[in-house]
Amino acid sequence: MKLTLAQNIWLKRYAVFTAAVTFVLVCIGGLVTSHEAGMSVPDWPTSCGYNMFFFPISKWIGGIFFEHLHRLLASGVGLLTTILALWLLISQSVPKWLRVLGVVAFFGVVGQGVLGGLRVVLKKDVLGVPHATFAQLFLLLMCAIALTQTNFWRNLAIHSGTDTHRFRPLFIFTTVLVLGQLMLGATMRHQHAGLSIPDFPLAYGKIWPATDAQSVLRYNQHRMEVIGYNPITAFQVELQMAHRLMALVVFTVVGICAWRSRRYLGADHWLARFSLFWFGLVLAQAFLGAATIWTDKSADIATAHVACGALCLVTGGLSSMIACRILAIPAAQPDAAVKNELATLVPSSSISGK
Amino acid sequence: MLADVAELGFFGPYARIVKSFTNHLRSLFGLIRFSEFGLVRFLKITMKKLALSLAVFALTSSLQIAFAGDIAGKVTLKGTPPAEKTIAFDDTCSKLHPTITTTRWYVTGQDNGLADVFVYISKGLQGQKFTAPTQAIELNQEGCNYHPYVSGVMVGQPVAIKNSDPVMHNIHALPKNDGNTEFNFAQPSQGDVNDTKWVASIKVPEVLVKMKCDVHPWMFSYIGVQDNPFFAVTDKDGNFKITGVPPGKYTLTAYHLKAHGSSPGETQEITVADSPVTANFTVEVPH
Repeated sequence: MKLTLAQNIWLKRYAVFTAAVTFVLVCIGGLVTSHEAGMSVPDWPTSCGYNMFFFPISKWIGGIFFEHLHRLLASGVGLLTTILALWLLISQSVPKWLRVLGVVAFFGVVGQGVLGGLRVVLKKDVLGVPHATFAQLFLLLMCAIALTQTNFWRNLAIHSGTDTHRFRPLFIFTTVLVLGQLMLGATMRHQHAGLSIPDFPLAYGKIWPATDAQSVLRYNQHRMEVIGYNPITAFQVELQMAHRLMALVVFTVVGICAWRSRRYLGADHWLARFSLFWFGLVLAQAFLGAATIWTDKSADIATAHVACGALCLVTGGLSSMIACRILAIPAAQPDAAVKNELATLVPSSSISGK
Repeated sequence: MLADVAELGFFGPYARIVKSFTNHLRSLFGLIRFSEFGLVRFLKITMKKLALSLAVFALTSSLQIAFAGDIAGKVTLKGTPPAEKTIAFDDTCSKLHPTITTTRWYVTGQDNGLADVFVYISKGLQGQKFTAPTQAIELNQEGCNYHPYVSGVMVGQPVAIKNSDPVMHNIHALPKNDGNTEFNFAQPSQGDVNDTKWVASIKVPEVLVKMKCDVHPWMFSYIGVQDNPFFAVTDKDGNFKITGVPPGKYTLTAYHLKAHGSSPGETQEITVADSPVTANFTVEVPH
């Protein structure tokens, strides 16, 4: 099926909407862990014995509100993704690789849902880590699909005048670093131990905290936690220190991305703009991380930290895509096939870039 | 000997009192050896001495004198604990709580007696088998909190988990020891009681099993699990009493969740013989 211009606009809007709802889902997921509510609904796929979709609103109290909302929204994202995958599949003008991405998204959302359910049914905290990591990757995938449906993406080759191949490894590497940092964060959150280090920028008053058994015992003895957290362990203290160090590395490398792209491509280049925005996000993320500690892991701040982390990954991933796209299609000699494709999809004024 | 008594099931606790009573008699008259007689026969034989014995029993009880086989004492907190934190209830639970409620890490009473310390025999009973009482202890969810905060139970003894609140709670047990199984279920309605889940899931001793509600994350409590009946939890003034302990040498341990954390707690070597044992503990607020 060839897409008309109107159909393409609707596909783009739909893909962007799906990505936006997925982002909200990630935020609600962050609220679930921030409120320690992951096990508040002890069964799955039913909710406290009810069919999930008929669970009375009157029973959405305390942690159940966040967990049940997360499940309902996840079902919604599952439906949206299925429709998007089918839409991409039947659209002949959509490149094959994009159709494959649609299929991957479909299986991804199904797998993610099952993983979330298994975490509840099997009562395995450790499953929360891949669940959180795949959530971030799935969001990136949905944003990537949405990006490919925009005029910006199609016109990117025409607008570009500089070879950006030298930036491709740097941006991809940095994005992988951000993903690694998010995985560390997910591992910390799913320990259900609260703040393993309660102060910042120092750690238990030191640059590097002691992690011997006696010291960890003392840390636990001095905590007067209100929430029923697990006792902290030496591993969790070291994990948070690794997260802090990694934050420093990410901050530096994203800063290098912004500086180099601005210097070599010019301030107006899309990659320079994206990486500057990325750097701003990482700055905000560092502040939110510190605020999470200063507020004794306030649920709202901790969730904002998760949301900003997701945006950091998405920005890095999309920047890497842009870097690859510009390299793939030389600006000086646009591919005839691309030109033809653009001509069928976007107004001529957009293609000419005037 | 005590195993015979414990096998009486429901009557176990009463039999233990009788045994304690007979131990007392034995110490007085040197005539009766409980192990040589069944409970019924023992009662017949001692009928003639009942009046005198009851008088002695009443006298010693009124004077709060412990019997042989009893271990009693007090756990005292040394130092000033950190201030407890106020629990910020959600809208639903705050309606059930007109007054401010705080955390319960260090609850002290008269003369700085420390409550909620789990006191148990950690060594000296190996190889002996005891039958768990069939009578359940209660873990009540009331006012969006667990009551009691710390309790003790024998392996195989039921725990009646009750929801007295007009709101839903989930009960999530988080044992650590191999052989015990985590469980999590919902109690949606006021008056719901479950006394089977615990026995089906908790099979081996553990100090302490954490119980929590994920709907209301400030709700958590602890249950000490032992394979013998010789344990106690200190009351609001830090006092405890363990009754009917057979003669022998033991290690008595007092464990406070916050003060001891991952350490085993305070221990004392004690010998139970013909007279009651007093074992006092001092728990220091960690520096």
